[in-house]
Amino acid sequence: MSVHVGEAATAPDFKKAAHVLLGNTQIRANVRRATETIRNKRALVVGEMPDWEQLRDSAQQIKRRVLASLPGYLEQFEAACTAAGGQVHWARDADEANQIITGIIQSHKQTEIIKVKTMTSDETRLNVALEAAGITPWETDLADLIIQLGHDKPSHIVVPALHKNKSEIRQLFLEKMNLTELGDKPEDLAAAARTYLRERFLRVKVGFSGANFAVAETGSVCVVESEGNGRMCVTLPDVMITMLGIEKIIPSFNDLEVFLQLLPRSATGERMNPYNSIWTGVTPGDGPREFHVILLDNGRTKVLADPESRETLHCIRCAACLNTCPVYRQTGGHAYGSIYSGPIGAILTPQLQSMEHSQSLPYASSLCGACYEVCPVKINIPEILIHLRGKVVRNGDAPMGEGLGMKMAAFAMSDGSRLAGAQKLVQLGHTPLEAIGLPGWSTTRDLPSIPKQTFREWWNKR
Amino acid sequence: MSAKTEILRNIREALGATKEAPVPQREYRQTLALSTEARIELFTDRLRDYNATVYRAASIPDTIARALTNRGKTSLIIPPGLPPEWLPAGFRFLPDTGLDYNTIDASEGALTACTAAIALTGTIILSHAAHEGRRALSLIPDYHLCLVRAEQIVDSVPEGIRALAPHRTRPITTISGPSATADIEMIRVKGVHGPRTLDVMILGA
Repeated sequence: MSVHVGEAATAPDFKKAAHVLLGNTQIRANVRRATETIRNKRALVVGEMPDWEQLRDSAQQIKRRVLASLPGYLEQFEAACTAAGGQVHWARDADEANQIITGIIQSHKQTEIIKVKTMTSDETRLNVALEAAGITPWETDLADLIIQLGHDKPSHIVVPALHKNKSEIRQLFLEKMNLTELGDKPEDLAAAARTYLRERFLRVKVGFSGANFAVAETGSVCVVESEGNGRMCVTLPDVMITMLGIEKIIPSFNDLEVFLQLLPRSATGERMNPYNSIWTGVTPGDGPREFHVILLDNGRTKVLADPESRETLHCIRCAACLNTCPVYRQTGGHAYGSIYSGPIGAILTPQLQSMEHSQSLPYASSLCGACYEVCPVKINIPEILIHLRGKVVRNGDAPMGEGLGMKMAAFAMSDGSRLAGAQKLVQLGHTPLEAIGLPGWSTTRDLPSIPKQTFREWWNKR
Repeated sequence: MSAKTEILRNIREALGATKEAPVPQREYRQTLALSTEARIELFTDRLRDYNATVYRAASIPDTIARALTNRGKTSLIIPPGLPPEWLPAGFRFLPDTGLDYNTIDASEGALTACTAAIALTGTIILSHAAHEGRRALSLIPDYHLCLVRAEQIVDSVPEGIRALAPHRTRPITTISGPSATADIEMIRVKGVHGPRTLDVMILGA
């Protein structure tokens, strides 16, 4: 098996990476401004929905139902998609998915594809595999184009180039698009992208996308977007390839009415995003003549195996948890070393890798609970973070000797006289403790002062 | 073992004794129960919020003529199934009988009808039937003029999705305002790859 989550397996640990990024005042300013804007917009459009909590409840229940009966829904989707003229492929891991996709493109003797923003393809590092096979992937989402042209890394789930401001983007476009003049308004930059990509949209014969939802009942696939690049990629080429994680299935067409209300308001703070494309197999006379779907596992069945944390797979990738997270808003996305950053990344990335890599991520949180409050599908991220910290400790990989500390606490607290002794020790040792400091804790905080008398002592004296 | 067999086996093992989950509750709003006039007003408000221009009209040809004159346009591409009596004199209308992409790209815009519309979110839904044109038609040109009949407008997203029941396996596009992006500093900018100008005509009522 070769499960990849981008390059997360070799990324430095969160604390080290965050330290470096905290020194980058430009990125911090960009991230703070962008997340502030999006948080305010979200709050407004969520506030005007009196049935928001009912929508969240329904979404959570739909996702639970899908996961509990996933094999049946996947086979139902495959049968419906195939009946409508689609071809369904299954991929155990990143390498297998990349091989299937490369094979389809090569069987049509094509050397280019146009791509809609697809996180699963960042996960499998599809672009690297395609380039090795002599195939050029053109990213067409504006933010992904910025990342691709700048050989940069995505720092946000919805807005991957959120760490870049408009003057940096202008410089990049001037250089990479061979322009002599370009304004620095967002409108000017969007117009430059339109001109740059238009010829490719009309010419390239193979399109590639991810999917936000795949409907078991009808075999339909849904792509949610804003710019129209998604519509171009799923409509104009002769051959269309869509890759999605096996957890993206929803049972019925009408379930879209829940998610298409939750996702845009949570992701971009809009009542509805400009475009949704829904299609089923192939339609003669409209769009691609050949349609392939790749159902990707890549570690998802491992996540499913733990009932305490399987609801991680409910995620619809809105990134509301990133925008609200006090840790993400300070460090930005790159510190997480994964294409999935922020609170959801902190639980998803290590689990996809069977808890073998990215073990510092469950600690990249203050457990304040803001992520759970904004999650449109009610994933209890703080609880899962604690659960995963437990797993890290049991693996013997906890930072700051947390496992040892907890063992000492368990020893002391399991017996009254031991506890009394331990409390005496702490009273005596408070001043020296403060002087040496608890590594990683008391360097930035004061130790709370220890009372002269313990509760037990006070109780015995009354 | 095939990838499919192995993935399905792994899922079943991962689920173990997990029981089927109950049928989801749906206690969210199904409709807003708006009057026709209030519904049209809300739809119009939402469209204007997205920077679309909205016309209220009794006569289809007159309103098309007015919209084209305001935009300084002389010709549009139309779906082959559009009723000819909709089209005003004095303009050129080119039916899409399998036009190539470059011809559509060079056009001044496209005129289509729609399947349904949602007031609360300012959304137009196309299922690309004969009078709505194939997907490329309302995508490649820089201008889209869309006709919405008042009785096609519903209050809520659930009503809009349910209006698609007979058309579920057709290609479906939902359009909420002109093409836009917020990828640069989270500022919504009108116009990237889809039509940068959207005009909507609401007919009747």
